[in-house]
Amino acid sequence: MSEKTYKPGNYPDLPPPPGTVGVYGWIRQNLFSSISNSLLTIISVVLLYYLIDGIIGWFFLDAVFDADSKIACRKIDDGACWAVITRRVGQFVYGFYPEAERWRIDITFLTMFIAFAPLLYPDIPKRKWLLYFSVFYPFFAFVLIMGGYFGLQKIEYSLFGGFMLTVILGVCGIVCSLPLGILLALGRQSNLTVVRTLSVCFIEFMRGVPLITLLFVASSMLNYFLPPGTNFSILVRVIIMFTFFSAAYIAEVIRGGIQAIPKGQYEAADALGMNYWQKTRFITLPQALKISIPGIVNTFIGLYKDTTLVVVIGLLDPLGIGRAALADTKWNGLSTETYLFVALFFFVSCFAMSRYSLWLENKLNTDKK
Amino acid sequence: MKTKMLLAGVTAGVMFAGSVLASTLDDVRARGKLNCIINTGLAGFAAPDDKGNWTGFDVDFCKAVAAATLGDASKVNYTTATGKTRFTKLAAGEGEILSRNTTWTFSRDVDLSQTFIGVNYYDGQGFMVPKSLGVKSAKELDGASVCIQTGTTTELNLAEYFKGNNIKYNPVPIETNAEAQELYKAGRCDVYTTDASGLYATMMSFDNPSDHMVLPEIVSKEPLGPVVRHGDDQWADIVSWVLRAMMAAEEKGITSKNVKELAAKDNKDKEINRLLGKDPLQGLSKLGLSPDWAVNVISQVGNYQESFEKHLFPLTIKRGMNALYRDGGLHYIPPIK
Repeated sequence: MSEKTYKPGNYPDLPPPPGTVGVYGWIRQNLFSSISNSLLTIISVVLLYYLIDGIIGWFFLDAVFDADSKIACRKIDDGACWAVITRRVGQFVYGFYPEAERWRIDITFLTMFIAFAPLLYPDIPKRKWLLYFSVFYPFFAFVLIMGGYFGLQKIEYSLFGGFMLTVILGVCGIVCSLPLGILLALGRQSNLTVVRTLSVCFIEFMRGVPLITLLFVASSMLNYFLPPGTNFSILVRVIIMFTFFSAAYIAEVIRGGIQAIPKGQYEAADALGMNYWQKTRFITLPQALKISIPGIVNTFIGLYKDTTLVVVIGLLDPLGIGRAALADTKWNGLSTETYLFVALFFFVSCFAMSRYSLWLENKLNTDKK
Repeated sequence: MKTKMLLAGVTAGVMFAGSVLASTLDDVRARGKLNCIINTGLAGFAAPDDKGNWTGFDVDFCKAVAAATLGDASKVNYTTATGKTRFTKLAAGEGEILSRNTTWTFSRDVDLSQTFIGVNYYDGQGFMVPKSLGVKSAKELDGASVCIQTGTTTELNLAEYFKGNNIKYNPVPIETNAEAQELYKAGRCDVYTTDASGLYATMMSFDNPSDHMVLPEIVSKEPLGPVVRHGDDQWADIVSWVLRAMMAAEEKGITSKNVKELAAKDNKDKEINRLLGKDPLQGLSKLGLSPDWAVNVISQVGNYQESFEKHLFPLTIKRGMNALYRDGGLHYIPPIK
């Protein structure tokens, strides 16, 4: 065996000692580095096995996906009884919307993505044309959902429910509260005393009152002030309350963004001779909104989840539909399955919102790259 | 102050305007649908089936009124209300009837300006125990731990009853009905107490309902019934006589199956004839109802017994106090003549 000689500094890196790399190395270093750690690992694996086995068993292997009632479910197997969901999936999605008319909701929901695409993704091709559709969309959606025009059957609001109701409340609340929130934030910073005072009053009042109180006002009080017979549906009243409530929060989030902009920016804008609206449009808002994105999305997710509060005024959102399903003697007692299903729906929608906000932050994060 | 008065005046005026404009019956007929306020979900009383159709004991009553006034039991718009919003919804005109297991009390009747038109279900606070406890009566519950919702009348009733009978107990305070069920199932309390109908519904939600029982003692009065607004006596009469017609039908043995047959022939019992429109019923035209109103109710919805058995028997609720007076219950129907 001949020893190879190298010039100083050129000696090649030796491979790491066996047992410290690869899968084996990782396991040894992280899981079995000492006797106590080895013991912990073994105990954890055993516990995990039982836990996962139980969970998968309950959720899938022993679960019943179709049966006529809870009793029928229990006869087949002892896991989850998802039949309460599968038999009532239509109700969970559309509430009591007539079955023959549900295509209207489907179309409205699908075209919603087309309407939102140009607003959410600025790089989308043919954006200008799509934007026209976005502007036109609210009218389109209203006519399609409510009916009463163009030979479409008119649908009573009391038939609304389920995920459809959540999405209607959430989307309307979010879409309306952002512009209102921006205006309120600007109003609060304004030099005009009247505008400033009104904005401050509105924001402080809305933030100072619990949402549930506002919902009760919407459901009970407003009726006393409106002439009887005015068809001002509870749905519209609730949307207005949601919008006001979250607009107040949005306003404060955006005000934080506005105040984070260095004063030099305004001075530079003044020096260029920009008027107030130009300054707001080109200097203040683009920077302030960018800073506020996490806060805004946070408020939106909160609003979206708060829509479940409509249960207390008797509107049947997914949670209400779930409870109603549990009141059916056939399904009485399947609360775990029902609540898990509703939780899954909310998790999926809120997680999607939070992912989008992360994407947007990264895209707009130009100055710190 | 002046503006406040003005505002109050305008509001009052506006509210009045609604009640004098047209009778409730005309409103319902013009709309072609009855607006009925129901529970958001209570086993046996109101719950949607898998197809999304509301069913239940309280829902049946909405259908019965629709059948009497519009001739079609399916012409009902259901509006759901919680315990907190039900009275304002009724007062605001979102429905013509509140058929939502509502207890008839003095202040609700008088202070809230509503008219309770009768009792369709006599409820009362009861006790549920596991059969393994070996207890046959609430008087044997000495030293038991009792799950009880805090801040409700049930708490007060419980304290009064046990104190009156000199029984010691450990209250386990809980916040919601769902929480109580879990605690009871886990054995944290020996007894669960709430309205008897609620106890039966809770019992049915268990995996082995037959391991539990509701004790015979009922310690409070909860007469539940449909409610209408003050101010339209014609409408109140219609609603109350629909309820009585359903009970009278049970008394006279008229069911959804034989009603058409009985209506077609001349019965020995003239009350059946009057009820089913064969013989004239003095004053029916004042109610604005057609002579076949009761036939519509009974053929499309059924009599009181049919409705009770259909919706409440699955919960193992017995007739008990809700039987007719001749069977030892409390329902005593004024004669139809």
